[in-house]
Amino acid sequence: MPMSEFPNLIPAMPEIFLSITIMVLLMVGVFQNSDTVETSVRVNRQILSLSVIALIVTGFLVLSVSGPTITTFNDLFILDPFATFSKILVLIGAALTLYISRSYLELHQMARFEFGVLALCATLGMMMMISANDLMSLYVGLEIQSLSLYVIAAFRRDDLRSTEAGLKYFVLGALASGMLLYGSSLVYGFAGSTSFAVLADTFAQSDGAPAVGVIIGIVFILAGLAFKVSAVPFHMWTPDVYEGAPTPVTAFFAVAPKVAAIALFMRVMVGPFGELDDQWQQIVWLVAIASMVLGSLAAINQTNIKRMMAYSSIGHIGFALIGLCIGNQAGIQSVLVYMGIYVFMTVGTFACILCMRRGDRMVEDISELAGLSKSRPLLALALTIFMFSMAGIPPLAGFFGKLYIFLAAIDAELYGLAIIGVLSSVVGSFYYLRIVKVVYFDEPGDAFDQPIPKSIVTVLVGTTVLVVFFIFYPAPLLDSAAAAAASLIGG
Amino acid sequence: MIIKAVVFLPLFAAIIAGILAFMRHGNDSESSRRVDTMSQWITSGGLLLSAVFATLVFIDVGLNGNARTIHLFTWIDSGSFDVAWALKVDTLTAVMMIVVTYVSAMVHVYSIGYMHHDHHVPRFMCYLSLFTFFMLTLITADNLVQMFFGWEGVGLCSYLLIGFWYHKPSANAAAIKAFVVNRVGDFGFALGIFAVYMIFDTVHLDTIFATAPEKADTMLVVFGYEFHALTIACLLLFVGAMGKSAQLGLHTWLPDAMEGPTPVSALIHAATMVTAGVFMVARLSPIFEYSDLALTVVTIVGASTAIFAATIACTQNDIKRVIAYSTCSQLGYMFFALGVSAYSAGIFHLMTHGFFKALLFLGAGSVIHAMSDEQDMRKMGGIWKLIPVTYGLMWIGNLALAGIPPFAGYYSKDIVLEAAYGAHTGVGSYAFYMGLLAALLTAFYSWRLLFMTFHGSPRADEKVMAHVHESPKVILFPLMFLATGAVLSGWAGYSYFVGEGAVEFWGNSLLILDSHPALENAHHVPMLVKYAPLIVGVIGIGLAYVLYIKRPDLPGKIAASIPTIYAISFNKWYFDELYDRIFVRPAFYLGRNLWKVGDGTLIDGLGPDGISSAVRIMARRAAALQTGYLYHYAFAMLCGAVVLVSWYLFSNVG
Repeated sequence: MPMSEFPNLIPAMPEIFLSITIMVLLMVGVFQNSDTVETSVRVNRQILSLSVIALIVTGFLVLSVSGPTITTFNDLFILDPFATFSKILVLIGAALTLYISRSYLELHQMARFEFGVLALCATLGMMMMISANDLMSLYVGLEIQSLSLYVIAAFRRDDLRSTEAGLKYFVLGALASGMLLYGSSLVYGFAGSTSFAVLADTFAQSDGAPAVGVIIGIVFILAGLAFKVSAVPFHMWTPDVYEGAPTPVTAFFAVAPKVAAIALFMRVMVGPFGELDDQWQQIVWLVAIASMVLGSLAAINQTNIKRMMAYSSIGHIGFALIGLCIGNQAGIQSVLVYMGIYVFMTVGTFACILCMRRGDRMVEDISELAGLSKSRPLLALALTIFMFSMAGIPPLAGFFGKLYIFLAAIDAELYGLAIIGVLSSVVGSFYYLRIVKVVYFDEPGDAFDQPIPKSIVTVLVGTTVLVVFFIFYPAPLLDSAAAAAASLIGG
Repeated sequence: MIIKAVVFLPLFAAIIAGILAFMRHGNDSESSRRVDTMSQWITSGGLLLSAVFATLVFIDVGLNGNARTIHLFTWIDSGSFDVAWALKVDTLTAVMMIVVTYVSAMVHVYSIGYMHHDHHVPRFMCYLSLFTFFMLTLITADNLVQMFFGWEGVGLCSYLLIGFWYHKPSANAAAIKAFVVNRVGDFGFALGIFAVYMIFDTVHLDTIFATAPEKADTMLVVFGYEFHALTIACLLLFVGAMGKSAQLGLHTWLPDAMEGPTPVSALIHAATMVTAGVFMVARLSPIFEYSDLALTVVTIVGASTAIFAATIACTQNDIKRVIAYSTCSQLGYMFFALGVSAYSAGIFHLMTHGFFKALLFLGAGSVIHAMSDEQDMRKMGGIWKLIPVTYGLMWIGNLALAGIPPFAGYYSKDIVLEAAYGAHTGVGSYAFYMGLLAALLTAFYSWRLLFMTFHGSPRADEKVMAHVHESPKVILFPLMFLATGAVLSGWAGYSYFVGEGAVEFWGNSLLILDSHPALENAHHVPMLVKYAPLIVGVIGIGLAYVLYIKRPDLPGKIAASIPTIYAISFNKWYFDELYDRIFVRPAFYLGRNLWKVGDGTLIDGLGPDGISSAVRIMARRAAALQTGYLYHYAFAMLCGAVVLVSWYLFSNVG
């Protein structure tokens, strides 16, 4: 295919639409008068609503262009069922978290229109990551996402912790990007190409053990990706950023980038380096175990619920990495199912956390939840359901996420991984259940502020229903995840 | 249909009585009394009806020879393991049905009078009926698993009824003892069932019996040694029978079981449950017949129990315990009859014994009732004029027990002893002489009981003596019925059970190989052997008369002159003390250690407590990793990358 030929734009329609929307919204925001608080609140509402709508439209576009695997832009960009599945998940997560963030932003004098635009920007980066088919496009997508996230982590400029979080994330993120780039250059040096397809061919054709340099390159790429999914030992930023960033930002962090990064992780490991799975499997194995163990252990001592959720997400990523470590279709499918369920559980939990408001101030200590069952029984019930689900207690959705992971691990005879996974899941259930205990059995304090914003109620009800009733109709998620996994492994 | 009614009427009665037990409100209210009465009527009515039906079944199956099996429904069907709920009724079952339903019905009626002061009448009646149901499922079982079901069920009811007065610590202890000792036997029974299943690949009785001859020479390898398969199975099954029928070694629970209400002792611990072991061996005669060793063991254990329990009965002072040891002894008779292949003689004795022993127990209950709940014979005496009907009935019971013609015991005990003699084997002779000696002691302790209880000068205080009264009709009627059985059942049953009509009567329900002609020979024994039981019986009575009426000072002197023998007998051969040392205390010691050291220190310490504290420590350390310093984080990341590379290089490239 000659370079001059005009690329096929259809597969990238959603991304193109989102880019144009971002620019339009930026203009809309900039050229409106937002000098006073009232006007900036109004503009922010406008932009947020439009952003959510844009995400929904993008979602439909993603569905409309979905189909068999197709590449474009000189093989830089790939569209396959795996990408479709992951993008839809990212868009759902982003839309839901944006949807529940408005009241918080207004309450904390953060209602500036840039929030929505930056979130859209990050989402665009994630979609690029998911569709990356080349180390170059991978890096570009990753940086679009990261740069946007650095900014919104520090979005509450007048708050010390928020700025600290942003700065920490930025510095460490830069380090991780450096590692990723270094790894990419090593791989390029040995293989002579950055294209995933060419890399895969090259490794498939070479006999014997790969050169040590390639492996070191892979390890560095893996380290960069592990940073994005916040897997141990590249997780250090997570607790500080989760705690320091404004709660809606934390919710956003916990959902969309995680899905995108784990999707990218899978694509890179299974795609170009698929032939070398013997080599990277044991590294992923180590990272998965370290993440599960540290995630479940370190969460126990936390008193801040956002910080606890940070360790919880580290643990969840550890479980998801089990599926990647398996590396076959069942493994990939189980990761996708796990992430699908994870998105809804996490959004629901953060919706609950956003309700922890007393005297127009957010409270974040777990002890503040004491006696919630008395003052807000329905909210308490929802939170309990999410905690039980996260702990993996049947018949809630979270149980099935873990179940498929462990089933796949047992099938692949990765018994050690499965056993450690189950054990750390047991340890992990301690801190989830501790919240349930605080909610139901501790002496109640003052009630949280009324009323809960409608948007949060809607999301809470929706996610609760999904988590509780997943058992009755799991087919849509399972089937689409199976198709996605098949396209990744087969393609 | 009639057969189903016999079995399930008691169950329905038990369920209704069980529901009624929850409807009592307060102990003295009018409504509670009504509930009590209702439960008594329903269960007694159900049992009487069941007894009438059982008679019809007996006529049809036993006398007219229409043995049959009624399939109710499939229970377990898994591979070659096929178990059904079925009612197998042949002559053996029909005979047991008669004994069980009649004695049970009489005990139910008797309980109306005996228990009317109690505050838990519906519960008591419920347990009694439930017990009867389990006993009936046991005897109608057409496979070993169903038999085991009934077997465990009667064990459960026995436990519940011994501990019926659960506020008494001694009753609870006795109930637990009965349950635990029976567990030993039941374990043997269960193993026996496994062995049978291993050998025959089925637990269905008719199939087992049909294939037993082919398996007669099968060997089984256990721990590297070859054993005769059927012998192993039979011995294991016999361990179960020993537990249930309180044979030597596993007998210790039976005397203690007297802590239960007297009707319970009569029903469960004299007439029915304790005979389950005898029934089981008889029922399994088609496999026991192929193992001479097992039969020898049965004979020796039975004969030893007969004499052993009789020696203890001579020195006990609790009226119920004397009868309990007597039961133990009589069960020994039944077993050695089975051991010499005189199954029908054993069952014959089982039936007559069921009647006269129930009579004795209920009579003793009537005496206890009259003496204001006094059970110690040393505090009785001189009351025969005050309760003449009970006195007369006790005479009948004792005459039957001692084997004086024409009472029932004479016929059955005679044929048992003659069969033992007729076996013409070493163990047969052992059983015969032991049985004869036991017969002497039986007569002695029976009349000792009679004389101490009813004759001599009153030894109770005046208040009790003033209160002594004849029991009401509702208590006396069952006694009279049972007395009729004690008088007539031997004479009426002789020709059917062991006489000319026996072959036709029993049909296929018992198997005796030609190589075991004991019962045949029993009819052709020397005159002296025929009359020996009678002679020793009369001697025993005379001895008791001399010692307890003529010279009441003698027993004390005799006891003092042979202190060792007296102490052995009085202390029941020190079995309880021995078991306490060998099993109970080490078990408690072991249990306490396992609890305190094993569970508390080791498992809790290393397990739940240890793990949780370790997790807490690790959690603190893990959280401490998070210092908050950016350069620590960056350092950790770089270290991580280095570790991953090294991990790879070490594990892969080496």
